[in-house]
Amino acid sequence: MKNIATFFLSVILPLLIITVVLRDASRENKKLEELRAEFSIKHIPSVDHSKHPDLQRDFDNPHEITATCISCHTERADEVLANAHWNWEREAYIEGRGVTYLGKKNLINNFCTGILSNEATCNRCHIGYGWTDNTFDHANPYNVDCLICHDNSGLYDKARGGAGYPPPGLDFQTIVQQVGLPQKDNCGYCHFYGGGGNNVKHGDLENALLTASRDVDVHMSADGANLNCQDCHQTTNHQMLGRYYGVSSDNTQRATCEDCHGTFPHIDHKLNEHTIKVGCQTCHIPVYAKVNPTKMHWDWSTATDRIDGEPYEIIDTLGNLLYTSIKGDFHWVQNAVPDYIWFNGTADHHLISDILEPNDTILYINTLFGEANDPLSRIYPVKIHTGRQPYDTENRTIIQAKLWDAQPGEGALWIDLDWDEALQAGMDYVGLPFSGSYDFIESKMFLMVNHMVSPADQALQCEDCHSRTGGRLAGIEGVYIPAQTTYAGIDYFGMLMLFLAFTGICIHAIIRYLSWRKN
Amino acid sequence: MKNTRRVYLYPRFERFWHWTQAFLILFLALTGFEIHGSYGIFGFENAVHLHNNAALILIVLIIFTIFWHLTTGEWRQYMPTTKNLKAQLEYYLTGIFRNAPHPTRKTSLSKLNPMQRLVYLGLKILFIPIMVFSGLVYMFYRYPINGEIKSLGINDLTPIAYIHTLGAYILLAFVLVHVYLITTGHTLSSNLMAMITGWEDLEEEEADMLTGEQPEQNKKDKKP
Repeated sequence: MKNIATFFLSVILPLLIITVVLRDASRENKKLEELRAEFSIKHIPSVDHSKHPDLQRDFDNPHEITATCISCHTERADEVLANAHWNWEREAYIEGRGVTYLGKKNLINNFCTGILSNEATCNRCHIGYGWTDNTFDHANPYNVDCLICHDNSGLYDKARGGAGYPPPGLDFQTIVQQVGLPQKDNCGYCHFYGGGGNNVKHGDLENALLTASRDVDVHMSADGANLNCQDCHQTTNHQMLGRYYGVSSDNTQRATCEDCHGTFPHIDHKLNEHTIKVGCQTCHIPVYAKVNPTKMHWDWSTATDRIDGEPYEIIDTLGNLLYTSIKGDFHWVQNAVPDYIWFNGTADHHLISDILEPNDTILYINTLFGEANDPLSRIYPVKIHTGRQPYDTENRTIIQAKLWDAQPGEGALWIDLDWDEALQAGMDYVGLPFSGSYDFIESKMFLMVNHMVSPADQALQCEDCHSRTGGRLAGIEGVYIPAQTTYAGIDYFGMLMLFLAFTGICIHAIIRYLSWRKN
Repeated sequence: MKNTRRVYLYPRFERFWHWTQAFLILFLALTGFEIHGSYGIFGFENAVHLHNNAALILIVLIIFTIFWHLTTGEWRQYMPTTKNLKAQLEYYLTGIFRNAPHPTRKTSLSKLNPMQRLVYLGLKILFIPIMVFSGLVYMFYRYPINGEIKSLGINDLTPIAYIHTLGAYILLAFVLVHVYLITTGHTLSSNLMAMITGWEDLEEEEADMLTGEQPEQNKKDKKP
């Protein structure tokens, strides 16, 4: 008994103590406390624009407002003219393509497909006035729309189909006297509604973020850190950090979690070691589209259907649009579980001039590069948006359709509901050949999930990935994930060995017993 | 029944080492196979912490035990010999059923039979080092230092985990057979009791061979 007591005192007790001490979760994360203190100091404006003499009047047209802004902020317009928000393209090096100039200006996406020939409606979300077609003057500073980002009155708006111009009847005098740093709803005016409606495109960016609780987004919610977009997307001279890989291609100017939280954010070092291969978002955004559903699939091939000659819509009981004659079929998902991929910060895009290979059955709108062996690659959550898009069956290129026009008879799909006309009009505008024969091809687009970070206690738990079946990373290849990865050979061999040892022991014991009885 | 005499075979440290190591190896197997995904008992996170802590304790124990083996000269117990090896194997395969005598005598200078010598030596210089080394690499192929995570430059854990898991199965099979062979002593429980109390009842003639206190006998033993 003394030995057993010694054994427990000398072995089990130290083991328990060490385990309990190492697992003590009550220790504070000092870095997090410092960040909370830093970001609880809110910006106090140094200027009250309502006292400014030049702004004590009404304005007839928005270009005048821009001119007035520039009269004081003399160099700011030039900064804006160099911004991707203005140019809708960026210079980037893409492996296999060289230096490219890509962006919303010329790329195809998996939602409304692209702006070309549709500028007047799409470019409502451009930070300028009058980008109605490819004759728009990007060098003219008076075309800049300062207010869409700097209006703090909440009264400013841009007109549907207005190419970025505001609708008539706005009270400019009130608006211009309340300009200031961009707020969440300034950025959200465009970024929440990409793809044609709230949360359609991103799934992790939507208007519920303005009112949501900490459970939805620890950073942006009022009862959380109440951060502004620029707190992470840090902005210097109108250049913002942050990349959206639907249009971006290179691993520069990114806004990352590590910018604030460092590479050593956990108390538990085992978790810190994960940061080498696993992006923060993977564990800390367990689901996205937490409040409103996001669009996961858009099938253009069913568009133009009519009932009794009339276009129609199908809306489900939750109010989600499931079908509309002008756009086709949609799938929506709320509380979506992300897919996971290796990603190293670089991407490629399917250009409108790219030719599909004969055996391509899926058109990848964008390709996010990365693999297990690449030291720059980490595992990140993505939304994979699938679709069916028109392509030219002879030229084997994707086709830009003309979707919108102010009036019927111009070939706009959303007005005339005629695919042949819309495709011809779109390709005529782009200046690329169209054979006239087309079909629809399955398309895929990868969107990084970066927002809607959950509180730490709602992050993924070990078992969510470290599990034999149904783990989150079941589709991730090239890396050993304890508990998930198995090599059947080892387990079969091991179990066989244990079985043989046990059987041998049993047989030996039985013979011993029988011979003992005989003697 | 021959007369028996109680002999002090396993000193206090040896017993402490043996049982601590036994417990730790079983505990490492229990938590290790949970990390492997074979079942869920403690939860993955707890299993990892318990496994790593138990492993570090085992390593400390091993260091002490190496010291003990060297300073006491007990390492000689594990010097392999082919003498009586075949006889020992034949004993386990046939002799034991005929109630034949053990082919090797147990003395405090030679506690282990030739098979034990071979198997324990293999365990000490091959399997446990492999498990410790692969385990340490598994534990530290990424490690925190000065506020950042460094890497040993091993990009793929697969071969390390493969070796460590295979080793675990082999060790488990060893434990299984080892536990069974405990019952093959003088009586079913005499080996077990010896490792618990340190004292074993050896048959009189065996006890006569005890050389720890009888240097002359020792010399005699060494001369063929």
